[in-house]
Amino acid sequence: MNAPMHLAPLLGLIAVWLMLGAAGLVQPRSTGWVARVLFPLGALVALGVAAIGGAALADGFAPERWVLPLGLPDLPFHLRLDALSGFFLALLGVAGAGISMFAAGYFREGEGTAPGLLGLQYHVFLASMALVVLADDAYLFMVAWETMALSSYFLVATQHRIPEIRRAGFLYLLMAHVGALALLLCFGVLHGGSWEMTFDAMRGGALPPAWASVAFLLALFGFGTKAGLVPLHVWLPEAHPAAPSPVSAMMSGLMLKTAVYGLLRVGMDLLSGGAWWWGLLAMALGLGSAMFGAVFAAVQTDMKRLLAYSSIENIGLIFTGVGLAMLCRAFGMHALAALALAAALIHAFNHALFKSLLFLATGSVLHATRERSLGKLGGLIRRMPWVALLALVGTLAIAGLPPLNGFVSEWLLLQAFLSTPAIPHAFINMIVPLGAAVVALTAALAGYVMVKFYGVIFLGQPREPSLMHAHDAGWLERIGLAWLALGCVAVGVLPQVALDATAGVTQALAGTALQRGPAPWWIAPVATAQASYSGLWLLAGMLGVVAVTFVLVRRLYHGRVRRTPPWNCGYPWLTPRMQDTAEGFGQPIRRIFGPVFRIEREVPSPTDSAPRYRIRIDDRFWHALYLPIVGAVRGVADAVAVLQRGRLAVYLLYSFLTLIVLLVFVL
Amino acid sequence: MNPHAYAFVLQLGEAVLAVALAPLLVGWVAQCRAWLQSRSAPPLLQPYRTLRKLFRKDAALATHASPLFRGAPYVVFGTMTLSAAIIPSVTVDLPLAQVADAIALVGLFATARVFIALAAMDIGTPFGTLGARREMMIGFLAEPALLMVLFNAFLLFGSTALPTVVEGTLRAEGFALHPSLAFAGVAFVMVLLAENARIPIDNPATHLELTMIHEAMLLEYSARHLALMEWASWLKLFNYICIGFTLFAPWGIALHGAEPAPLLLALLALVAKLACAGAVLAVIETVSAKLRLFRAPEFLSAAFLLAVLGLLVHLLLGT
Repeated sequence: MNAPMHLAPLLGLIAVWLMLGAAGLVQPRSTGWVARVLFPLGALVALGVAAIGGAALADGFAPERWVLPLGLPDLPFHLRLDALSGFFLALLGVAGAGISMFAAGYFREGEGTAPGLLGLQYHVFLASMALVVLADDAYLFMVAWETMALSSYFLVATQHRIPEIRRAGFLYLLMAHVGALALLLCFGVLHGGSWEMTFDAMRGGALPPAWASVAFLLALFGFGTKAGLVPLHVWLPEAHPAAPSPVSAMMSGLMLKTAVYGLLRVGMDLLSGGAWWWGLLAMALGLGSAMFGAVFAAVQTDMKRLLAYSSIENIGLIFTGVGLAMLCRAFGMHALAALALAAALIHAFNHALFKSLLFLATGSVLHATRERSLGKLGGLIRRMPWVALLALVGTLAIAGLPPLNGFVSEWLLLQAFLSTPAIPHAFINMIVPLGAAVVALTAALAGYVMVKFYGVIFLGQPREPSLMHAHDAGWLERIGLAWLALGCVAVGVLPQVALDATAGVTQALAGTALQRGPAPWWIAPVATAQASYSGLWLLAGMLGVVAVTFVLVRRLYHGRVRRTPPWNCGYPWLTPRMQDTAEGFGQPIRRIFGPVFRIEREVPSPTDSAPRYRIRIDDRFWHALYLPIVGAVRGVADAVAVLQRGRLAVYLLYSFLTLIVLLVFVL
Repeated sequence: MNPHAYAFVLQLGEAVLAVALAPLLVGWVAQCRAWLQSRSAPPLLQPYRTLRKLFRKDAALATHASPLFRGAPYVVFGTMTLSAAIIPSVTVDLPLAQVADAIALVGLFATARVFIALAAMDIGTPFGTLGARREMMIGFLAEPALLMVLFNAFLLFGSTALPTVVEGTLRAEGFALHPSLAFAGVAFVMVLLAENARIPIDNPATHLELTMIHEAMLLEYSARHLALMEWASWLKLFNYICIGFTLFAPWGIALHGAEPAPLLLALLALVAKLACAGAVLAVIETVSAKLRLFRAPEFLSAAFLLAVLGLLVHLLLGT
């Protein structure tokens, strides 16, 4: 077969990634070589990947296939580039470029794994994610999936000398494999006894509805584990903070999206929709995760854990969109399905941008201050103006505020929910509008969380004297952050471009593309009379009014300023300790959503001479679901261990008894 | 005059009208309250005088205030003015009305809220952060309730674009009373009270440190910055009331901006409706007592549930 036009250069780029990784081993200890030379090259490659992925989104792009002469005998690797994989490649490339650029300035000596090895793991991770979305047979998919899990495990465990990080890495590896096992079983069901492992065969093979449902449930479990869907999320708030910041950004921004891709590929492509309750289930799990993530994010005191919970929230919103799309498609409402799917895809893209941006910003803060705890930060906007400005863009975007990108996808999702009363099913009619309420509540809670995040880190007064020496990020880091912030603004002001990019995917998976808006900066996905939104005009209007106000105030009055100590209601002895802490900021949430948390309080007695106050907030799922499972596994292991006495005589006795039993059985 | 330029003038006129009328509305509410509470009323134009006084003063700025602190008043004021331009309070024939539907308006209000809260945290005083956290708490409870109110309107008129909603009501034959809108109306008033720092939730007239929300966030502001923040909060009240008009009482709003007669009528109708709404607001504030802060979630969940009830009533009755 001739090499296809897009796939061949794409594979070339992926190979360059691997070579860059290998090149790091030439001088594994040299940060200058690995970080300053190889990572920026990796960023360029990522841009190339994004460009080819974007080309696959153009109108009339015919899916390209290629069979590689690699793999097992009779089971070569099949590759396919279509709109869906193109979209996720574009996501991977755009966000990956920013992260690689940042990483070039971030990694430095003396932090765990040698830079060369880190570079290898990093680029293998990138390449495996690209292969996951390109795979066209179950075999290559699982190989790439496992490579992704393993390379990211090594990246999480970079600082393996710290016991908590080893523990977090182990939990991640365990959950990744439980999920992978479910996927393996899912593909086992999907081939339907034909032993054809290509996705083409699975797409064509008509499974009985019951088996199709089993396959879907397995896929939901497997991909849900990777995505961090509640209650399979426990690894996520442990692993994300443990990893170095660029790796956290990759895992949260990019790797979680491969799970979304997988669910779309299996649920909507290979199984082509299926029963309506599939969508309802995915939606319910998504809504639950969104709510759970937002509420837990609000009470976190570690900045990276806060972002990790916020990832659970955003993944929940994406799954909600996917579930709604499946639900609508099952009822034959293709336009609505396309709208919900577009909302989910754009939110996935947006999340890759702003969550990477924020994780990277925490990396800069971490390097500047050596602090991760929100209780010891504060006032960094004056010490790190660049990081503060760029993080502000990410903060506003993730809080879902117009005119930035987070609002676009939330707006689309709400519009999709609004149209659900047209579904011809009374029960769903009643239930689904409540989903819209949960989405609205989650979006509003995200605002709360992000005000806490930004306010406690960057605003106020430094809570520790050492913060006075914090320094701003280097220029390589700034380029990475600025690239992602630019993406947040671009998608926000040009929403129709993002909507066009999803047209190919919605055409393939939902059966129709959305109505085009009047201009690139103007979306009206259903009809202009129903709802329209223009980010660019909103931004222009805001800037215009602000400029006019500023000029008028200066012209008519004056711009005089007198610098004084803070007023503070007349109390002059203001210290940084009087500010609200991160715990304090989460207090209303603890109070309102009290039953959701497992709270342990330690309050001193009145006579205590050295009083200590402590509050510990835990995940109920960990105690109610995971610890019993761990206990059960331990119990079974102990029971089996009874057999193992460590004495030769006992083992000989076992052999003897087995022989006797077999003899009796045969005779 | 060519139609584009005319539409532009109309758009600008509406925004300027809102900015100019908002202090008057607040003065009117204060006056009604004073009458109801047997106090001697402040002059109707008192808010304008306050603004002039504040704009003339030198701004006292904390030594370590960041650019965000200085910029936030402009952003908040700009956001509120832009929202005022988008809401069809006089005519539906506005070029900017298509830029943002009701959901985007809620988003714009959220933008303003986040900026106020961030600015309040910037100086690092205990009251500022306290106010920020309380404001965000009220905000995240009120926003879903407001969206549910808007969904009620959507179910009736098939649109979240406010001009379409207005046209839907005005073009309807006969006078139809929608039961779902009654629920939504009550919920909307509750959200309006909470979001605008009005009495059951917050008291705009006091500086009592332990209970205040909105005022706590503005404590560090002075002079022109304070003036812009106050003006923006008055505009917010004006905007909320105008959104209420478009949803529940759109009578008088001109469907075409081309002729002057309906426009004049719309203007008069708007002033009359604002006077009524201000009086009603004063009555509500007079007859109710301020809630404890932690009763606020109950108040707002009640609003939310009412709005959801409205949805369910609509779906069950089909009207």
